[in-house]
Amino acid sequence: MAPTALQEKLNGLVNSMFAEGLLDEQFQQLQMLQDGSNPGFVAEVVTLFCEDSERILAELTKLMDQAVVDYSKVDAYVHQLKGSSSSVGAQNVKLACIQFRQFCEDNNKEGCMRALNVVKHEYYHLRSKFETMLHLENRIQAYETKQQS
Amino acid sequence: MVAGMAAAGGRRRWWLNRTAMVVVWVVVSVGIWVGLHWYIRTVSMRKAEEALESMCEERARMLQDQFAVSVNHVHALAILVSTFHYRKQPSAIDQETFAFYTAKTAFERPLLNGVAYAQRVVHSERGKFESQQGWTIKTMKQEPSPVQDEYAPVIFSQETVSYIEALDMMSGEEDRENILRARATGKAVLTNPFRLLGSNHLGVVLTFPVYHAGLPADATVEQRVKATAGYLGGAFDVESLVENLLRQLAGNQDIMVNVYDVTNISEPLIMYGPQNPDGFMPLSHVSMLDFGDPFRKHQMVCRYSQKPPIPLSAITTPSGVFVICMLAGYILYAAWTRYDNVREDCRKMEELKVQAEAADVAKSQFLATVSHEIRTPMNGVLGMLDMLLDTDLNLTQKDYAQTAQICGKALIALINEVLDRAKIEAGKLEIEAVPFELRSILDDVLSLFSSKSREKGIELAVFVSHKVPEIVTGDPGRFRQIITNLVGNSVKFTEHGHIFVQVHLIENSNKVMDAKVDTDLNGCLSDMMVPSDGTFNTLSGLEAADRRNSWENFKLLLSDEMPQSDKCKSGMPCSKDSSNVTLMVSVEDTGIGIPLQAQDRVFTPFMQADSSTSRNYGGTGIGLSISKCLVELMGGQINFISRPNVGSTFTFTAVFQRCKKIAGGDPKRTLSESLPTKGMKALLVDARPVRSAVTRYHLQRLGITVEVASTIKMTLNALSEQNGCLRSGKHPYILLIEKDSWTPGMDVYLHDQLLEWKQCGQIPEVPKVILLVTSESDKAKVGSFVDTVIMKPLRASTVAACLQHALGMGKQGRKEMPNGPAFLHSLLAGKNILVVDDNKVNLRVAAGALKKYGAKVECAESGKDALSLLQLPHKFDACFMDVQMPEMDGFEATRQIRLMESKANEQNKCGEADEGSERAEWHLPILAMTADVIQATYEECMKCGMDDYVSKPFEEQQLYQAVARFLLSKPNSDL
Repeated sequence: MAPTALQEKLNGLVNSMFAEGLLDEQFQQLQMLQDGSNPGFVAEVVTLFCEDSERILAELTKLMDQAVVDYSKVDAYVHQLKGSSSSVGAQNVKLACIQFRQFCEDNNKEGCMRALNVVKHEYYHLRSKFETMLHLENRIQAYETKQQS
Repeated sequence: MVAGMAAAGGRRRWWLNRTAMVVVWVVVSVGIWVGLHWYIRTVSMRKAEEALESMCEERARMLQDQFAVSVNHVHALAILVSTFHYRKQPSAIDQETFAFYTAKTAFERPLLNGVAYAQRVVHSERGKFESQQGWTIKTMKQEPSPVQDEYAPVIFSQETVSYIEALDMMSGEEDRENILRARATGKAVLTNPFRLLGSNHLGVVLTFPVYHAGLPADATVEQRVKATAGYLGGAFDVESLVENLLRQLAGNQDIMVNVYDVTNISEPLIMYGPQNPDGFMPLSHVSMLDFGDPFRKHQMVCRYSQKPPIPLSAITTPSGVFVICMLAGYILYAAWTRYDNVREDCRKMEELKVQAEAADVAKSQFLATVSHEIRTPMNGVLGMLDMLLDTDLNLTQKDYAQTAQICGKALIALINEVLDRAKIEAGKLEIEAVPFELRSILDDVLSLFSSKSREKGIELAVFVSHKVPEIVTGDPGRFRQIITNLVGNSVKFTEHGHIFVQVHLIENSNKVMDAKVDTDLNGCLSDMMVPSDGTFNTLSGLEAADRRNSWENFKLLLSDEMPQSDKCKSGMPCSKDSSNVTLMVSVEDTGIGIPLQAQDRVFTPFMQADSSTSRNYGGTGIGLSISKCLVELMGGQINFISRPNVGSTFTFTAVFQRCKKIAGGDPKRTLSESLPTKGMKALLVDARPVRSAVTRYHLQRLGITVEVASTIKMTLNALSEQNGCLRSGKHPYILLIEKDSWTPGMDVYLHDQLLEWKQCGQIPEVPKVILLVTSESDKAKVGSFVDTVIMKPLRASTVAACLQHALGMGKQGRKEMPNGPAFLHSLLAGKNILVVDDNKVNLRVAAGALKKYGAKVECAESGKDALSLLQLPHKFDACFMDVQMPEMDGFEATRQIRLMESKANEQNKCGEADEGSERAEWHLPILAMTADVIQATYEECMKCGMDDYVSKPFEEQQLYQAVARFLLSKPNSDL
């Protein structure tokens, strides 16, 4: 497929993510940071984000499974996740984290469980989109390098 | 199981208990019956007794009276005898006279069947007396009397008792005793009752003494005996006396009467009545009788002949009470039973309710879970399909894959809707309250539908009133969902024409409506106003369902808000006191409309206008019902006006809070300020006022002043007239032309004209010509001489991008404005910057951002690492520090750094004296990075020695400001 078509597809995907509210302007900023000198920036950050998030989510799941939940720990992790998601511009994940922290403050276990599920759900939803996006980007880059060579 | 048995046992006991209660109640009722009956009987018996007593006394009294009358008569006879027999000489009375007189006066003595007079004769005088009378004295047995001390021969007698003449009364035991007592007492005396001769009735003999004259009243017994002349006697027929008496009285039949002589109390002698008394024995009354003989005592005994009847009331009254008791008992019993039944039913209902609620919750949870579980793999499916579509597929394969993708998307959309619906039903949907930018949300929604609207060639436009605050607090996601839903419907059902989203304050639009009504009343113009050329004053020129949205109204709204917006600009407080903003959003389309018969069930879930709709257009019909729920959750209302084949206008209101300014400065600059287009002027060529207003709205958001002309010729005229002022204006002039006005040939003409003017020096440079088009096909038709083409729908960001592109703004603008990215680049290039953040992602992003501007970035993942890197002397020019970090947070790290610095500075000062060092004081600019931009955090940052802060996802704008302040000022101070 032509690179322009791929690019259009990528743009369409990102646009739809914006429109759905999955991403906010922070992601645009990220995109703007990516230029010739720093070609894989978005991909790098996104991968970093995914790794980080998965680690945090695993920790959170472990914490929440315990009989006595250590809310301060949970809160710290959620804060981290919130920070990284807002850096990436993952709006929905961020909002879910805010909700989560609220429940944490109230020491509301049920709420926390629910919020954790929401966060997970939002995250996986976003990850699938990101995966598609990265895949497209890889292809575009592969194409470009092919052309250059 | 056990509990069930216990319950059953309890119920049985309870039943027993109830039966016992019934028995007790019946027994008590019977007791009441008996008691009442007994009481009434007693009362009636007492009454009977009283009646008996009074009757008995009455009879006794009458008997006594009658007797006394008779005795008095005998007394009178005695006087008569004493007067006419002894006082007269010779005697005036003989047997004949006496008999005659007594016979004639017998009616006065009805009780005496006869009277007789016996003379007292002493034995010495017997011979003389016998010779005088001519008969000898005989005893009662008709024999000549034996010799006695004295005799009492009867000399006068009534004819009825003539057989006793010449009989010696003293020869009878009873009579003799009587005579002796009579003459001793001087009063009438009575004998014991005995059978009378002749009548064989029970009777008594009454004896009355007759004295010679001259007996004193208080004479002694001897004197009386001596003065005795004779005796008057009469036989009382007591039986007939009482019989007569009783016959005269009422109640004769009911009462049995016995009269007794009770002189000898132990041996009462019967005077009247049956020998063996019968009748009702238990109840009797005894009345004493006084017949004037002090020696004798008599009494009357009365009783009822029959037992007095039990009164009817003694049966009926208790029976009545009994019945009442039974009824009352039954009522209580029934009420109790009913109460128990109801309670039991209620308990069952309660159980059912709990079950139903549980089922409902389970249903919602099931829906949510299932939807969620479907959604997750579906995302994978869709992503893979996306990727599949990117690979080299032949046409058929591509078609299949695309179909699968479309279906998958539809499924996801449906699941999301069902999930929403379930959430709303479960009441779990909560409306958030976060500040958001209304206009950018609307822009986003528009962009979502931009490709579709372009395909169809529909005008899609949004207009937000100036009065609507930039930022409001509410639920952006839900607001977006409603708008997306309504616009999505409109796009789906509209083939040509326009879709127009408007947002106004409700007070405003109401005011305009009122004004409109006034004009309607005055002229009735608006409804009659069908334009002659068949176009309407709407966005696309097609008729809209809701005439209220016509240009007239729109103009009013615009004119109404103009002065208001001026006020805002001049710094006047334009926000009202109330913290709530009620927005009125309308989505107008010129689609197929909703059939009249379906209009009332549009908001019912899963109900589409008609079943053919889903065949033609797809969808489930759940969207509007969700929108309605959401609008209601936001405190608003939704309704619509629709005319088939004309279009529909959905209008809803929603309540938001005014957003208070975020402390520590406004992180989000208004769009117009951040863009280099501010202050530019543009000329818009558009024949349609509504459309031009919309375009103007978008351009004004970018800070561009807009003038409107309806045709290109007018534009040219305006240009040529204004060129004087134009020369002075330094901003490039933009010519925006709607594609309607862009007739073929016009482009060449326009271009030539403009070029000519430029050469003549009339205008400083040729204005940029920008064409506004709605569909892809239009884009193709555009000829040369157009600098750029903006595709509708208009969005502030796209317009800005296009303008920048067209004007080549990049190079020009940045030079003039100190806050461009290039400026930032120049500031940061070559600078060493330390970024401290525990979050790798954040770290990477921040580093990336700074690197982009040429800075050399080093990273530290904790406060401690940062401290070790910042040991003096160090090479860093600035430090970005995350506030919240484990172990050592940003505040603490900053404090430590400052401590280090101050120590170093003091040392420096000491050394400065001799060295005269050129080194300035150590002061590393430390900028906090924080996600929460609240005042408290800001203050704490300042307190611990930070210089400024940037909000965490980096924003170019803020970064400029912060960095510029420190990196710019520092070289200055150094210089």
